[in-house]
Amino acid sequence: MTGNRLGPFARILRHVVLMTLAVVIVAPFVWMVLCSFKTQSEILSAEIRIIPHTWAAVENYTAALTRVPMLRFLLNGVIVTLVIFLLQVLVNLPAAYALAKLRFRGRSAFLGLVLLCLLIPVHATAIPTYIMFYKAGLLNTYASLILPFTISVFGIFLMRQFFMTVPDDLIDAARVDGMSEIGIVWRVMLPTAVPALVAFGIFSVVAHWNDYFWPLIVVADQALYTPPLGVAFFRLNDQGTSYGPLMAAATISIAPLVIAFLLAQRRFIEGITLTGMKA
Amino acid sequence: MSRDASQPVTGVAGVPSRRHGHRAVAAVLAGPALVLIVLFLIGPLACVALLSLTDYQLGAATLNYVGGKNYAEMFSDRVFQKSLTNTLLYVAITVPGSVLLGLGAALLIEADRGLRTFYRAIYFLPVMATLIAMSIVWEFMLHPQFGIVNQLVKALGLSRIDWLQNQSVVLFTLCGIGIWQSLGFNMVLFMAGLTSIPKDLYEAAAVDGANSAIDRFRLVTWPMLGPVTLFVVVITAIRSFQVFDTVQVLTKGGPNKASEVLLYTMYSEGFEFFRSGYASAVTVVFLVFVLALSALKVFVLDKRVHYA
Repeated sequence: MTGNRLGPFARILRHVVLMTLAVVIVAPFVWMVLCSFKTQSEILSAEIRIIPHTWAAVENYTAALTRVPMLRFLLNGVIVTLVIFLLQVLVNLPAAYALAKLRFRGRSAFLGLVLLCLLIPVHATAIPTYIMFYKAGLLNTYASLILPFTISVFGIFLMRQFFMTVPDDLIDAARVDGMSEIGIVWRVMLPTAVPALVAFGIFSVVAHWNDYFWPLIVVADQALYTPPLGVAFFRLNDQGTSYGPLMAAATISIAPLVIAFLLAQRRFIEGITLTGMKA
Repeated sequence: MSRDASQPVTGVAGVPSRRHGHRAVAAVLAGPALVLIVLFLIGPLACVALLSLTDYQLGAATLNYVGGKNYAEMFSDRVFQKSLTNTLLYVAITVPGSVLLGLGAALLIEADRGLRTFYRAIYFLPVMATLIAMSIVWEFMLHPQFGIVNQLVKALGLSRIDWLQNQSVVLFTLCGIGIWQSLGFNMVLFMAGLTSIPKDLYEAAAVDGANSAIDRFRLVTWPMLGPVTLFVVVITAIRSFQVFDTVQVLTKGGPNKASEVLLYTMYSEGFEFFRSGYASAVTVVFLVFVLALSALKVFVLDKRVHYA
């Protein structure tokens, strides 16, 4: 497609159409940020004013951070997403290596199991997993937020595909040097897998930072709320009374990922579209 | 490890088999993953199927086998019927909407160089922004009185619409949010598909007299994009079946069940009323749809491999 240069008219038409759609798509973000700077009376007024007349940014963001423990929610989000990702690497990378490079009986059965599990949507296992945590007395803990996601069959599959492309000579050389298989996983395979791991890491962090379904089910204690639960809680608590602070809270909760996305757009798009294979 | 493959299963005279050595190592390396797969995936999946045949309620001391009673109750329940038809309608609207807009955006963006990165970033933004936060922003924008959308509607001389409280409008509003959120994802998949089309195909088409953009699209782009399109349709359908966040936070399935969807029914039965048996039956229905689509996806993926 790139080879075909557009004429001047078509070029303008392209921008008109794309810009119109872009305005619609970006509108909620712009409106959210603008209203997070506005006073309540201005938000409720009948006339449409784009730029705030009176600035209430400090008041709104202070309210968002103090009326509910928003910083705590952000910290929980960071803890949960990072621990999930680290445990995913710890559990799934060795399994991917075994599947790609070791010969053992049951390997193809294990691979079949991984491929089968790729088809299971997260919601399908929620009820029994919830009952399991309930019986174990683990509801309302970080463990309940983290443990179900430590296994990522998608991660195993992705890393296995990647490891298949690593030459056997590299591994044999490490074995000749007397390195153990576990040493090979962490000191030979891990460094070669960094690009694939970055993509998987972005996918994993974005998915779990944004996840609402599972935290909603297992967490009741406000001290364990992740950002999506925190914003939903803020809305329930303050409904109809203070839109400025609510928009400030929404802005705060999406800011970390949006900023990271704008800084490393290509990597984010690569990482998230990996789910094309998963859904 | 190709050397090992050619070795006999039982190692050579006296030397311990490399296979057995690998077996022990493989158990150490893959064991934890296998245990967790059984604990969090296969086990719960089997349990959902079994629970759907029981009257189990969370916290109850007993559990009885009730056969197909949950399913019979479910299919004669008005709420479930509404939930199923709403979900199918949601999928039927969101999939074409977000696939066609994603395709259109990809074609237009790739047609020229100007602002390509800018458009791609803007269109992709909703895909990675927290949907719960953005749903709340949408609710604010769609507010019946002072929401910006109704202010614009009024400025155009039309009468206000109660986007989230009007029974005949609410599901379409949620579809709109769903399309807004997912079209950028499809756009990126289509852009990848477009860049993989060999340029000489366009040159060949030009030699054969295909000079207009429409001819090029009809003769080259569309046929080459066929498998990608099928793939995008299926994964968008799978994602749309999982609609939950917007419903839970904005409408609770209302008003009068007009936006009740499968996962929300499962959530409220299973985690608000704790009717685990019944909620498991709802889950099984949800799972049947998603697995059918996934099977289709595997089929499509296989096809793509053959094309490559």
